[in-house]
Amino acid sequence: VDSGEWDVLIAHFLGVDHCGHKHGPDHPEMAKKLTQMNEMLRSLVDHLGNDTLLLVAGDHGMTETGDHGGDSEKEVNAALFVYSRTPLFGGGPPEEPETIPQVNLVPTVALLLGVPIPYSNIGEVMAELFAGDSDAVSAALQQLSVYHINAKQVDRFLQSYSLVAQDLPAEQLQHLQELFSSAVEEHTQLLTQMQGTTVPPELKPRLGSLIGRFQRYLREARAVCTQSWARFHPLRMVGGCILIASSCLLCYVASELAVSSQSLCRSCLLYPLFWGPVGAGLLWLIHVFTQEGLDLLLVSSWAAAASQLGFFWHWWGQHLKRAHLTGSQPPLASGGLRQRLRAWLGLAFPMGILFFRCGAMFSDSFVVAEARVAPFLLASLVMLLVGKLHWDGHLTVPEGPKQQLLGVSSYRREIWYLLCLVAMLLVCVRLSSFFHQCREEIPQCRPSVFLSPLASLRNTRAKNLFYLLCVALLAGLVYAVQSWLRHYGNLNSSDPLVLFVRWGFPLVVLCIACYWAVASSADDSLGKLQELVQVAVVVFPRAVYGLASMGLLLLLCNPMTVFAKDTRESAGSIVTPYLGVPGSEVDFLHVIPQIYKRMQESQKSRLERGSCRATVAAYGLGSVYSAALVIALTLLGFLLMLLHSERLSFAFLLLFVEAFVLLHIHTCAKGLAGDAELFSVPWCAVISWLLAASQFFYSTGHQPIFPAIHWNAAFVGFHLGHSMNLLPAVLVGANTFASHILFAVGCPLLLLWPFVCEMSNSQRKKPKKESREELQEVEEHMMEMRLRESPEEFSTALLQLGLKYLFVLGAQLLACVCAAMILRRHLMVWKVFAPKFLFESLGFVVSSICLLLGISLVMRVDCAVSTWFSQLRLR
Amino acid sequence: MREAEIRRLLAANLLCALSIVLAAVAPAFFLDGFSVLGTHLTWLCVCSVCVATFNIILHLVLKPNQSPKRRAFAHKISRFLKCCIYFFMSCILFHAIIVLYGAPLIELVTETFLFAVLLSTFTTLQCLCLLGPNIQAWIRVFSKNGAMSIWESSLQITSMCSILGAWFGAFPIPLDWDRPWQVWPISCSLGATFGYMAGLIIAPLWIHWNRKQLTYKSR
Repeated sequence: VDSGEWDVLIAHFLGVDHCGHKHGPDHPEMAKKLTQMNEMLRSLVDHLGNDTLLLVAGDHGMTETGDHGGDSEKEVNAALFVYSRTPLFGGGPPEEPETIPQVNLVPTVALLLGVPIPYSNIGEVMAELFAGDSDAVSAALQQLSVYHINAKQVDRFLQSYSLVAQDLPAEQLQHLQELFSSAVEEHTQLLTQMQGTTVPPELKPRLGSLIGRFQRYLREARAVCTQSWARFHPLRMVGGCILIASSCLLCYVASELAVSSQSLCRSCLLYPLFWGPVGAGLLWLIHVFTQEGLDLLLVSSWAAAASQLGFFWHWWGQHLKRAHLTGSQPPLASGGLRQRLRAWLGLAFPMGILFFRCGAMFSDSFVVAEARVAPFLLASLVMLLVGKLHWDGHLTVPEGPKQQLLGVSSYRREIWYLLCLVAMLLVCVRLSSFFHQCREEIPQCRPSVFLSPLASLRNTRAKNLFYLLCVALLAGLVYAVQSWLRHYGNLNSSDPLVLFVRWGFPLVVLCIACYWAVASSADDSLGKLQELVQVAVVVFPRAVYGLASMGLLLLLCNPMTVFAKDTRESAGSIVTPYLGVPGSEVDFLHVIPQIYKRMQESQKSRLERGSCRATVAAYGLGSVYSAALVIALTLLGFLLMLLHSERLSFAFLLLFVEAFVLLHIHTCAKGLAGDAELFSVPWCAVISWLLAASQFFYSTGHQPIFPAIHWNAAFVGFHLGHSMNLLPAVLVGANTFASHILFAVGCPLLLLWPFVCEMSNSQRKKPKKESREELQEVEEHMMEMRLRESPEEFSTALLQLGLKYLFVLGAQLLACVCAAMILRRHLMVWKVFAPKFLFESLGFVVSSICLLLGISLVMRVDCAVSTWFSQLRLR
Repeated sequence: MREAEIRRLLAANLLCALSIVLAAVAPAFFLDGFSVLGTHLTWLCVCSVCVATFNIILHLVLKPNQSPKRRAFAHKISRFLKCCIYFFMSCILFHAIIVLYGAPLIELVTETFLFAVLLSTFTTLQCLCLLGPNIQAWIRVFSKNGAMSIWESSLQITSMCSILGAWFGAFPIPLDWDRPWQVWPISCSLGATFGYMAGLIIAPLWIHWNRKQLTYKSR
């Protein structure tokens, strides 16, 4: 203070706040602390100059317990101490000082320092501080000019604000405008009448009244703003929460319904769809008659509510009917009750984890630490799954009489496989925590080094090493996908899609590698090639976009990756290709390629033997659905990796590996538990899939806060900026919700994977056999064609999976929304809960759209398979 | 017979719980500045050692699973060595699992390892005492209807309660309360200890209440 080399000094004393939190206001420690503060102020006052103003303000009060953040009187009121050597008040300080809003500090300090008032201020200057030590008239003039500046600023802000947002009521704005213009008019009039420094005595009262008018304007403006801004619609909030909750309930009920009866769900789900528009139409009619403005939001929510009511109405009707039916058979009902109880107990574990996940949304600390919460819960869920399998004795070999005597039981051989998978999952989960972004709430946190682009790396050697690793990783991914497809025989045909997988994928990788090379190289090192670099930075990503969209289009046009070899004589006896009933000939359709050779030999021998019946051999039919999904996921993965910084591709590798391991774990668990319901995906799988999705939201370097958004994703391939807003929004959105997209599109894999893995499991068990027996065995390997065997169940299963996924997503969203609603007066609401709510709801939208896309891709493949079969039959 | 055994179990478990309380209170008289939170590492060691010795003594005194045969001394030695190796391996395994669950990898290794030792004391050591170094028997005990005596039921319950307590102990770590017990691994080890004590008390009660349903296979 003494040095004098300052214009404004700001000091923040944390001690009082800390002490208040720890001990409360009436504790001796608090008194000690306050005495210390007094001492400090006393010593500070001695060092102040004559032209210095000291403002001591508390930013909040405290409750009896020393907490704050609420809206109680004690919490929002704080003291303001103003001190100056120059007398501020004409005749001594007022006995009962008035209360002023905290926002008034901003314009006052700004004008006292001689800087413009901040644009969005709606405070009012503290006039007393502008009086100076001169006489009353000049003081009033000074105050008047200050008020004038302040009013002009507020007016400017209100005008430009009302152009952008419509939430301030028009008539009040009009009123404020009139107040302002009349006051300004009088102000100019007054100034012209004064002429110079002397003030005619008759003008003095007018001066005072003018100040009063400016004051009135400023206060009313502030009142209008606070009324409109700090406004919550509790009714609408509760309504929205109820709507989400009932949607979740609907998803749950419908997913349960889908299992029990297929015919019911159609009437339950289809008719209510019409109820929605009918309800909306009725509302609209009412509005037309009452001549009121129509709120689109309100109408759509009424439509949703109407359709949900319709669903529950239908469901209740069916339920009653069924209850009536089962009521006549009491023994069945009691058995059902017991089974239901057991099912509820089985649900308890995954639902408990989901409950913890949702409960964590209500605490700001847990939202801040969610990057660690999601992996923790995922690991716990998987461990619980394994533990439960063990507890139920599915992991041990059924005890023989001899073992029973000894009291020992040995593990099945698959247990090691399962344990390895779990260990791999845990390692993946742990490794993924190295890619986290930081929030400002955790000051000791350091953001992951992998988040920064390669271009920012100084060390050339490290840069090259990382670059090579990234490219190797991409190549490895392509190789892995190709070899997976080859393993299941989906890489044999010469369809455009397969050709694309063979040649297009490496091309995409090449483009990405080139882009990374160009983007990560130092700007000045290339010298003359600068122009070329400019072109390359744009061309390579666009090439990737083009190639990827071409691949996706090809996938949509012809998603079949099946290679059919027709060995039938053209005019020969036509074998019925596929009719659902597995006959001896028909099953050759569903042959998979590993056994193809041996198959063919046996075929030949059969032919040679004289039975001249020939068949069609199709390769990769068993995994045709998964293959399409895997191809789509890989393409999406490439796109999303391009949008992230180079080294985050490690995180994407982890994502793919973890998803793969999760699928295998659930397949394995299903196999070990011996689930009879092949067509239903357990809750455990769905919840772990979603936990992994939110885990990788954080592990791809994101946080649900605005500063953590990777804005530079918008400029990948569009170096010079955009002409419209849609494209960058899509790019940034894809970057932010990358893991949501991938996991939602890959969701149907949860249903398909057990069918895909069916063959490899059973094959391992029975290594080599005679060719005859092998043929017998072949008949069992129908893989995904089992799904086609019962199309009704297949569609139900898909619906059920989607509903379960939506239920879990919706439960998370509901928790988030409720947290934001209940804690809307919380201290951290704008820092933690509101951004989390926004991110979560956007993630929900993205996830559900991608889920629909994934399911529709599976359905598209189904259609293609149907046409393929019918063509085969025609031939 | 059954009632008497349950009473014996209750007494043993209460003594065990008492030993934990003792481990928290007694060292303050011998060591300067000892407190569970302040000198947590010391407490971890003391508690592990105390529980371990107490369990071993209890096992030697009560002998809940008497083997009919008299074994040779060399056999006993090899059995003891095997037990030691198993215990050490379980410590390593627990350490690995804790790290995979999100514990710091490089910093605070001692703390994490001692926590793993504590968990092993609460779970593996009990198994070793009761079942010996016989993995097959362990597998059997930790499955539905696997317990063959009330001691084994008690083992099931206490082990699960300790693990569950440790799991719940991780919950307060992210909270911003700035309490000294929120530091890694204090909350988890306290959770495990409380879980273990709860298990010790619950086990006899649970067995008592469910004694009608509990039917143990004879050996």
